[in-house]
Amino acid sequence: MSLSIDQVRWVAHLARLELTDDEAATFTRDLTAIVDYVNQLQSVNTDNVEPLAHAVELTNVFRADEPAESLPVDQALANAPRREGDFYAVPAVLD
Amino acid sequence: MIDRTATELLDLMARGDATAEAVALAYLEAIRERDPRIRAFLHVDEHATLEQARAVDARRRRGEPLGALAGIPVAVKDVLCTAGVRTTCASKILDNFIPPYDATVIAKLRQADAVLLGKTNMDEFAMGSTTENSAYQVTRNPWDLDRIPGGSSGGSAAAVASAQAPVALGSDTGGSVRFPASMCGIVGLKPSYGRVSRFGLIAYGSSLDQVGPFGHCVRDAALLFEAVAGHDPRDSTSIQQPPPRITPTLDEPVQPLTIGVPREYFGAGLDAEVEAAVREALNVYEGLGAAIKDVSLPHTPYAVATYYLIATAEASSNLARYDGVHYGHRAARFGDLIDMVCKSRGEGFGKEVKRRIMLGTYALSSGYIDAYYLKALKVRRLIKQDFDKAFAECDVVMGPTAPTPAFKIGDKVDDPLAMYLSDIYTISANLAGLPGVSVPCGFTAANLPIGLQILAAPLAEEKLLRVARMFEAATDWHTRRPKA
Repeated sequence: MSLSIDQVRWVAHLARLELTDDEAATFTRDLTAIVDYVNQLQSVNTDNVEPLAHAVELTNVFRADEPAESLPVDQALANAPRREGDFYAVPAVLD
Repeated sequence: MIDRTATELLDLMARGDATAEAVALAYLEAIRERDPRIRAFLHVDEHATLEQARAVDARRRRGEPLGALAGIPVAVKDVLCTAGVRTTCASKILDNFIPPYDATVIAKLRQADAVLLGKTNMDEFAMGSTTENSAYQVTRNPWDLDRIPGGSSGGSAAAVASAQAPVALGSDTGGSVRFPASMCGIVGLKPSYGRVSRFGLIAYGSSLDQVGPFGHCVRDAALLFEAVAGHDPRDSTSIQQPPPRITPTLDEPVQPLTIGVPREYFGAGLDAEVEAAVREALNVYEGLGAAIKDVSLPHTPYAVATYYLIATAEASSNLARYDGVHYGHRAARFGDLIDMVCKSRGEGFGKEVKRRIMLGTYALSSGYIDAYYLKALKVRRLIKQDFDKAFAECDVVMGPTAPTPAFKIGDKVDDPLAMYLSDIYTISANLAGLPGVSVPCGFTAANLPIGLQILAAPLAEEKLLRVARMFEAATDWHTRRPKA
């Protein structure tokens, strides 16, 4: 099965990744080869097999809903590319 | 000094024959002299290292109780958050990231009075098998500088192998501790899933990731494992079990011992010298009284495909957090918010990371999720069931850690599939949540190390490491060191 460059561009859009033309061409080739390879799974009979999301099957973990110390705002924002006051700053989302 | 094991260094310091400061100075000097060739470290702070060591010495002089790793320098893969110390995950997208907190394993190392020596190189976001995918530098194999040290924890493995650190921490999502341990001729342990907290471990594939130790001998790896393992309320996938005790019983042989040898681990693609060394290791065990049993893990041929769908699907979701908003790189020029995110990620991630995000996004996308992601989760259960059957009749399963010895730098960079296949023997343990260890078991004619992989049932680290120790006690491969 071969992926088209348009499919690759669509997946890049879903992943919020800007690709150069070179990268789009390389990934079209690479992903076609990898998808061909992983298609061998289609030959495994998995009728009546439950998916296994975690090797150690876990149940939900609850804890008491009690306030605890958290990071001070200045520390939490210290790595922000841009901040305004106590907020992360981003370009306007609404006109 | 730097030719000693961590166990020997602890004895020296306890007897008063060496100070933590002298030990730290010896390793810092080794780094200054050797790392320009090996390039294992991304970041070393000599001043902070010596301060930690002197603090341990001062407390020892005052007669205060000290932790299990008092004064032992530890190199740490740059995937683990260290408070106030730059943590890049070898990615440009985290080039300026300074975590405001310590990973739980780092906090535990500090509690054990270990001395944090520096942050080591890796494949970007732990995605790779050679450490060539680092955005910063290529680490070299101490046994042959033209060859890869293995990955993704290649910096940590190379640092220990070249005696720039006595022990180190890495992380293993599909073999990233065991594979470089094998390439570099040292011991590397991947604990059972859930044994070690993932809090502060920068996520790649959350259902597969585990932090694991490197050392020159099984006891050193066990010491480090004991120090970092245990339940952590901040990681809901960490298991509610008492912390494992390994070192008190480590020298007791497992008797009787049944070793399962999967026929699927000795098929096409296995290098003849690697096979010969592993078969000889099985002979050593037979000589020690072990029963060798032929077993089958019939879904082994599907493990690589299963892994690369599940790991990349989880990665595509985990790495969505790098959006140029909260931390990390933000593009200088962009249009709207979405464009800012796309450009920041496009500029910040390297090629292999993008490739895996793309594959994972594809496997999870509408119309494909059943055929790829869900199908892989079902095959994952079949792979786990293969091991359940094997461990019903065997104590451990053994085979090669890697199909070949270390290959040349650059050999597989343009062929992602060939690269993925080097993980063929290691990834099943991650899919099934098993503990696994790689121990040195020989050398090729060209003097490249060969690793024996031993796997055990979930939470059976104590038995696993006793079995590993039996081989080590009967052989001297682990005492060989590369020429400085």
